[in-house]
Amino acid sequence: MNEIVTTALVAAAALVVLTSVIVLYRVAVGPTTYDRVIGVNLIGTSIVMVLVLLAAALDRPAYLDIAIVYALLNFVLSLVVGRFTYDPSGVEW
Amino acid sequence: MILSAVIILLAAIGVFFTFVAAVGVLRLPDVYSRSHAVTKADTLGVGCSILAVALYFGTASEVFRAIVLLLFVYYTNPTAAHAITRSAYSRGVDIWTTEEGPNQ
Repeated sequence: MNEIVTTALVAAAALVVLTSVIVLYRVAVGPTTYDRVIGVNLIGTSIVMVLVLLAAALDRPAYLDIAIVYALLNFVLSLVVGRFTYDPSGVEW
Repeated sequence: MILSAVIILLAAIGVFFTFVAAVGVLRLPDVYSRSHAVTKADTLGVGCSILAVALYFGTASEVFRAIVLLLFVYYTNPTAAHAITRSAYSRGVDIWTTEEGPNQ
């Protein structure tokens, strides 16, 4: 029974990796830089998901710590791009 | 047995919502709607996966770390999406509208 759960979690991780490969199309083609940043953000979140699923499937709880650090670094990437390209003179309200 | 079924079901829901986010990023017309798809669907996908893993481990240490990770993801994903879309709006990225224009 436990083996079924492990196999299902590994399969889920593999499917998440496949969907991130789909998102790579938007990162390569995306008309603006912001589309690319959103795509990279989604891929980073998917990697967090893969790490969490593999932590259970391979029975290595230390991967949860790696997932926490990866989530925070992913947030820093998006926030730095968003803040440094912000143009206050371009907003009227 | 029931626990295994719940774990597999939660992981499947997580994979489904990640797929929805990927399709939204591919097919929606502009930056703002793509950001909408990513934030909603991917936050829910990660939440379901983390719940599945917390149920799988079941020990206090791993459940605590999973909850901390869940709180981080729920707090940081909308913040990052808001920062990116606000920057895009301030740089004049076009908003997708219908033929007649907005508000009609």
